Amino acid sequence: MLSRTANHLYWMSRYVERAEHLARLLDAHYRLSLLPRSPEVLMQGWIATLTSLGMIAHFQSQHGEADPQQAMQYLAFDRTHAGSIMSCLGAARENARAVRGTVPSEVWETLNATYLDARDFRSDAGDIGVRTFLDWVKYRSHLTRGVTVNTMLRDEAFHFASIGTFLERADATTRLLEARWRDPGGAGERLGVDASEWAVLLRALSAFEVYRKVYRESVTPLRVTELLLLNAEMPRSVHRCLYDLLGNLQAVRNSQSAETERMAGELHAQFRYGRLEEMSSVGMPQFLDRVQRRLNTLADRIGADFLVAGYSG
Amino acid sequence: MCAAAYDEMLDTTGGARAHCVRYFSWLRAQPAELLARKRAEADALFHRVGVTFAVYGEEAGTERLIPFDIVPRVIPTEEWQLLAAGLQQRVRALNAFLGDMYHDQDILRAGRIPSELLLCNAQYRPEMQGIDVPGGIYAHIAGIDVVRADGAFYVLEDNLRVPSGVSYMLENRKMMMRLFPELFRHQAIASVEHYPDGLLENLKSVAPQGVVDPVVMLLTPGAHNSAYFEHAFLAQQMGIELVEGQDLFVRDDFLFARTTRGPQRVDVLYRRIDDDFLDPLAFRSDSMLGVPGLLTVYRSGHVTVANAIGTGIADDKSVYPYVPEMIRFYLGEEPLIANVPTWVLRNAADREHVLAHLAELVVKEVHGAGGYGMLIGPAASAAQIEDFRRRIIANPERYIAQPTLALSTSPTFCSQGLAPRHIDLRPFVLSGREITIVPGGLTRVALREGSLVVNSSQGGGTKDTWVLES
Repeated sequence: MLSRTANHLYWMSRYVERAEHLARLLDAHYRLSLLPRSPEVLMQGWIATLTSLGMIAHFQSQHGEADPQQAMQYLAFDRTHAGSIMSCLGAARENARAVRGTVPSEVWETLNATYLDARDFRSDAGDIGVRTFLDWVKYRSHLTRGVTVNTMLRDEAFHFASIGTFLERADATTRLLEARWRDPGGAGERLGVDASEWAVLLRALSAFEVYRKVYRESVTPLRVTELLLLNAEMPRSVHRCLYDLLGNLQAVRNSQSAETERMAGELHAQFRYGRLEEMSSVGMPQFLDRVQRRLNTLADRIGADFLVAGYSG
Repeated sequence: MCAAAYDEMLDTTGGARAHCVRYFSWLRAQPAELLARKRAEADALFHRVGVTFAVYGEEAGTERLIPFDIVPRVIPTEEWQLLAAGLQQRVRALNAFLGDMYHDQDILRAGRIPSELLLCNAQYRPEMQGIDVPGGIYAHIAGIDVVRADGAFYVLEDNLRVPSGVSYMLENRKMMMRLFPELFRHQAIASVEHYPDGLLENLKSVAPQGVVDPVVMLLTPGAHNSAYFEHAFLAQQMGIELVEGQDLFVRDDFLFARTTRGPQRVDVLYRRIDDDFLDPLAFRSDSMLGVPGLLTVYRSGHVTVANAIGTGIADDKSVYPYVPEMIRFYLGEEPLIANVPTWVLRNAADREHVLAHLAELVVKEVHGAGGYGMLIGPAASAAQIEDFRRRIIANPERYIAQPTLALSTSPTFCSQGLAPRHIDLRPFVLSGREITIVPGGLTRVALREGSLVVNSSQGGGTKDTWVLES
């Protein structure tokens, strides 16, 4: 398939996944705001989140010493920067538009409708409004995935779209964990003291019930981290994402992609056979940061091997 | 103006014409609020599906709809048969003319068309001289604009470069079947949905010699082009790649696409980019849309470009008056569909007549398109007329003139309910191993009361076009 088409499909999926991830992240913050926490503690959580997203500097340049309300608005509705849910939905749509001749009509129509309808949500509709929006974004993401999985031929188009999805999801999960570990208000420093923040994280990832099934014990930070990093059956775990990523990479293999595939396999092996204690020996946030870097390298290599227009074999 | 224009659906007493009786009685039985709801539904669906055209510089998601009217234009069987035969004849002659122009130029030597009109024409491409194209076909896809005035059909314009609008023909039909399925159950309305199959077959049939399973791709200027929806739509319906210039490159005198598995050879390029932008090495050097070296590959016969380069010489407005002569010269036949009488203003006698009657006539720029650069005498102010008079005197060869035709009308939904609006028709003629026409076409309607300009850029809308099967 055309490299440019593959590139648009890859980014289309990444943006869909990113919008969903942001919705889940904001949902977690919304839930946290209902816990008995001081505004300062809540804001610390937001700062940790914005830091993990790499958006803290931009946010502070726009809003200075902001409050949680502004952070929520910034990440949900603000279209003046590329990192908000609205901007991601728009970018997903533009990428889909560029390949509407390649994907089934229903895929394009779903992404188009999502963006058109998203513009009708009002950013000033208060807590309930934001909450409704976040639920809706998750629902539309499910819908997009359903349409994609149910209508697309299992050809390269599907594989490149999947590569985008799993790479973005692996990255997103590490960022969520990193933010939680970095948040002094709720995480590392008070291990085991109050696990509400971690329970909230699980709920935002639709993983609370999964956790109970897997562990049958109370929520602890290390167990949550283990579930989200190492569990092979958990659809949003880094291990699972890398497994799926590797499969799709093998399916599109070309004459120059061997090294990329090896690196993906190596990273996957670390999550398949590694131990949490060893991973966290450097400090959990530091470890997660390294994983993100390796994922970035992988993304760059995938771009160079398959997606750039300059590639002509 | 044109109060007494022929109406395609209703006779002069306001009753339905014989072929529309069934539809019109159905229409009259529909409650107004139901029709209003259906119209709103159509708009919402077109937005959702993205049947839109992009307006440059506007924010994403604000693409516009071309207004769609839910009252179809209905063509009876025998009228369509006449039209189809006339269009086939015309396109055959036009292709023969193009082949002649780029080879021996018999028609010029026979003195049937003035040589300087062609050889000095900017649309003439000397690069094409002596090149043999597969099957001798230049205009693989032709959109011929037909109007009815005073009861008779006329060809108003031939579009042989990159004619557009066929996606609206297809989407309008889909929409009508979705909104009003019962209409299709009770009447035999000729199907149009096989157009993409026919187009793909047609494109494959003109592949370079010796290519067994040709790879066809559609070349678009990109997602910001106003016709992008159509490009994506056709590529998808045909199952071919939609490419931009940056996706293609020339190597060893062949055309290739950059793919995830390396270069892929391209045999047929259905291009939706004007000649000028196709190859920066041969034509406009500032073009970012084309493929450097494409012309050389084309001239070697290693890729077929559809439509061929240089077809503009046959649909130029200054050449249009001579199409009936082409039909006589190449086919030895009389034209089945007439041209609109046309004054060629480079001719002194014609010019004198036209300058004396500017207020009654339509004056068109020879190279204008899209309803721009036009004077409609009866609707123009004195100042506009004087402006055109000066322009004609300064550059007479740039203009032609035609009588103001009383274009036929069709009942159309307007703010005040159903009212007659002027329409035209663009059927799409495919030429390859054979010539085929999908029964129907794009009916465009001038939505403003009294307006004769149907172009979407000038506030025109579209209708579904029904050809009844007997």
